[in-house]
Amino acid sequence: MGIAEWREQLKRGELSARELTDHHLARIAAVDPSVHAFLEVTTERARADADRIDAALAAGEPLPPLAGVPLAIKDNLCTKGIATTCSSRMLEHFLPPYESTVTERLWQAGAVLIGKTNLDEFAMGSSTETSAFGPSRNPWDPERVPGGSSGGSSAAVAAGECMAALGSDTGGSIRQPASFCGVVGLKPTYGRVSRWGLVAFASSLDQVGPFATTVADAAEVLQVIAGEDPRDGTCLQAAVPDYAAALQQPVAGLRVGLIRECFDQDGLAPEVAAAVMAAADQLQALGCELVDVSCPRFNDGIATYYVIAPSEASANLARYDGVKYGHRSEQAGSLAEMTARSRTEGFGAEVQRRILIGTYALSAGYVDAFYKKAQQVRTLIRRDFDRAFEGVDVLLAPTCPTTAFRFGAHSDDPLAMYLADLLTIPANLAGLPAISLPCGFDAAGLPIGLQLITGVLEEPRLLQVAHHYEQAARVMEGHQAPDLVVRR
Amino acid sequence: MATASTEAWEAVIGLETHVQLGTASKIFTGASTNFGDQPNTHIDPVVLGLPGTLPVLNEKVLEYAVKASLALNLQVAEHSKFDRKQYFYPDLPKNYQISQYDQPIAENGWIEVEVAEKGKDTYLKTVGIERLHMEEDAGKLVHAGSDRLAGSTHSLVDYNRAGVALAEIVSKPDLRTGREAAEYASEIRRIVRYLGVSDGNMQEGSLRCDVNISVRRGPDAPFGTKVEIKNMNSFSAIQKAIDFEIVRQIKAYEAGEPVVQETRLWDEGKQLTKSMRSKEGASDYRYFPEPDLGPIEVTPQRREAWRAELPELPAAKRHRYAEQLGLSIYDARVLTDERAMAEYFEAAVAAGGDAKAVSNWVTGDIAAHVNANRFSINELPLRPSELAELVQLIEAGTISGKIAKEILPELLEKGGSAKTIVAARGLGMISDPATITEVVEALLAAHPAEVEAFRGGKTKLQGFFVGQLMKQTGGRADPKLANRILVEKLRG
Repeated sequence: MGIAEWREQLKRGELSARELTDHHLARIAAVDPSVHAFLEVTTERARADADRIDAALAAGEPLPPLAGVPLAIKDNLCTKGIATTCSSRMLEHFLPPYESTVTERLWQAGAVLIGKTNLDEFAMGSSTETSAFGPSRNPWDPERVPGGSSGGSSAAVAAGECMAALGSDTGGSIRQPASFCGVVGLKPTYGRVSRWGLVAFASSLDQVGPFATTVADAAEVLQVIAGEDPRDGTCLQAAVPDYAAALQQPVAGLRVGLIRECFDQDGLAPEVAAAVMAAADQLQALGCELVDVSCPRFNDGIATYYVIAPSEASANLARYDGVKYGHRSEQAGSLAEMTARSRTEGFGAEVQRRILIGTYALSAGYVDAFYKKAQQVRTLIRRDFDRAFEGVDVLLAPTCPTTAFRFGAHSDDPLAMYLADLLTIPANLAGLPAISLPCGFDAAGLPIGLQLITGVLEEPRLLQVAHHYEQAARVMEGHQAPDLVVRR
Repeated sequence: MATASTEAWEAVIGLETHVQLGTASKIFTGASTNFGDQPNTHIDPVVLGLPGTLPVLNEKVLEYAVKASLALNLQVAEHSKFDRKQYFYPDLPKNYQISQYDQPIAENGWIEVEVAEKGKDTYLKTVGIERLHMEEDAGKLVHAGSDRLAGSTHSLVDYNRAGVALAEIVSKPDLRTGREAAEYASEIRRIVRYLGVSDGNMQEGSLRCDVNISVRRGPDAPFGTKVEIKNMNSFSAIQKAIDFEIVRQIKAYEAGEPVVQETRLWDEGKQLTKSMRSKEGASDYRYFPEPDLGPIEVTPQRREAWRAELPELPAAKRHRYAEQLGLSIYDARVLTDERAMAEYFEAAVAAGGDAKAVSNWVTGDIAAHVNANRFSINELPLRPSELAELVQLIEAGTISGKIAKEILPELLEKGGSAKTIVAARGLGMISDPATITEVVEALLAAHPAEVEAFRGGKTKLQGFFVGQLMKQTGGRADPKLANRILVEKLRG
């Protein structure tokens, strides 16, 4: 059931908000022991949120757009008075004294907070394996990762534990887990959505976005969270268009560009390539024109990203020193030791690795060769996209080179793990909106993701093309994740 | 004081001045900037750098920084940006300071400084200014168990000051003496106070100066090793610290000892500088552009609108007072030290008071009264137009200076019209020769012995008669006329 259908059922009195929430709470209780999507299930809060909606309905009050919709929130988005850990020992007991803008807007829109979801520590990872509280599992195959860093949110949506969820995407952290879990994941234009309350990983790349089971639902959530915010100076001052209306626009005549460099990858699984090409054919059948385009710098994205993101992270994570909040080492005899020990104990290996990379890249003598060079390449990547969009309306590529991998597959080789983000990173570097949606399954029954990218603030076009493909292809029909219920 | 052969040596001095911009709220958040309140009462999630918080530039800070830049004749950049300056210290909540690195808001300016020193000719000096940039202040460590780090059992952090807006003003190395540096710093203070962008209070730390100083053998010699001096809480401390340091460095070179690159602290109690830490190479602050803040854009239109709001600055006033109003350099300097006093003076002159006379009253009795009562001249009940009226009464011969001084305390307390007071109390000057002659004749008749003595050559007795005459007339007799008639009658 989608959000629009639920709204009708609620209005008609067929299902109460409390019943819907209890249904999801029951589902969480049944499957989360095997999925581990949630770090905290906010049962009482969820029921109270739902009861308020039912009371409002009974009182004849107008219902807000997301009334009673149970949502899961990635645990790097601050929720007032509710632990926000970033899956790190460092923030294990951190209770934010304020609410992030995106969640505040969701609650105002009537959404129900059902829980906080797992992620790679400080959103650094592609599998949730770096979470200090254990990984989440892919509902399609619990032996495989759900992707990351927003793997808890994608798994929760895929496992039916909530109707939609929020994640954050710095280098692919929404799209890659959406691809692995067979759900829709949208990364908006940089600045389309406020970052106030999103715990920073790499400030110039981070963007909050929705997970949902359909493009229409993702559009509904974006409609609520998008828009300028006086608390975020990087948030764009642009009116928020009507995304639901955009979905209905015809796609015939639109030009869809296939990014040549994405299909020339050694590591691209043939089944993934075939499914994505089939999706392109489907769009052609809908009247779109397929165009071959080149973004020569596309493959430099990953090297660029792994300089810029750790550089910004090294500064963003400097605040965790044990002085004001967060983990403080009990062992320290001096100030320097307190800082060093608190950070050594509080951060996991991947976070420490990225802090070290970033510190190195910004150090005197290296900053020109690394950080500044990376900024120059970032500009070139952006120009590649600008040129590509002169000839096409939307770009098409696989979301990931492969389907979900097994736990431990890349744990000894950080570089192999980083390559999982190869196809998603360029959109972050250029600040462009991009979406991942299911386009098929491999022989093992694992979902494959199709990635679409448009120009800055062209979310309406992006959602429109994704929606028409989704409606035509009906990829999910006949596919069901295995029974996840753990029986004792 | 130690001596050294300072003849051939020249000191090269530059100042880094941190000015707290007097906005009501902090540079990147709405928390209050109030000074002196209970620790950690002016903090919020942004000040503390809590996870997920973001800075947003306070537009008033930009306005103040641009206005200060324009007043310092700096070139204001149309495009500039913020950067992160990274170092770990507990008073810095994020462990990086949001500052400006390679694109400051303004560069390349100058100010004119009047250097006055007892026993020497006052001279004008143009001091170059390298740049002005905006940044956030840090918090404060309070060492418990001792007033210093050494001996303290633990340290507390007060973040009230963290995030207060600073303008850092970097001079060119154009200064040569402690006096010049002190005059430069006090001119900076005067300018920011005129602009109303800072209170410039050195005791409260709203204006802090760090000094960079080296010495060399004459103006063509290569630069010596640069030493930084901190911890000076007054202009006189700046002057004394520099003068001490110049001698220390010269003596070291002359004794063949090296001067090391280091930071030294001025010890006000012992009146000397002492080594704080040596700089092991340059610190690596790993600057990079602040991704949470967009570029800073100042269009020429915006800049010029702010320029149009600038008041006349102290140097311009000094020139105008001396050149157009004929005041002495000294008076011009005293009158322009505080904008409020200068404006009071100007208002009194505009109301018709003679500039020199008004200047004398303002810098004399009025300044003394205001200082003694510790209030601003703006709060003085005697308004500038009323002072002008008093001055005009003296000028017109309606009252004597003596009477004016007599009624001044009342005017200072309550204000009001001198003319009205004079009329009500009959204090107007007696300028009628017949009336004065009458009084003089009665006086001579009452003191025959003294008249005799005067005529016998004791001419000093004239003073006695003047005193008596003034006593009789309540000080109201026109002094010139009274003297003339008295001398006539005494001589017989």
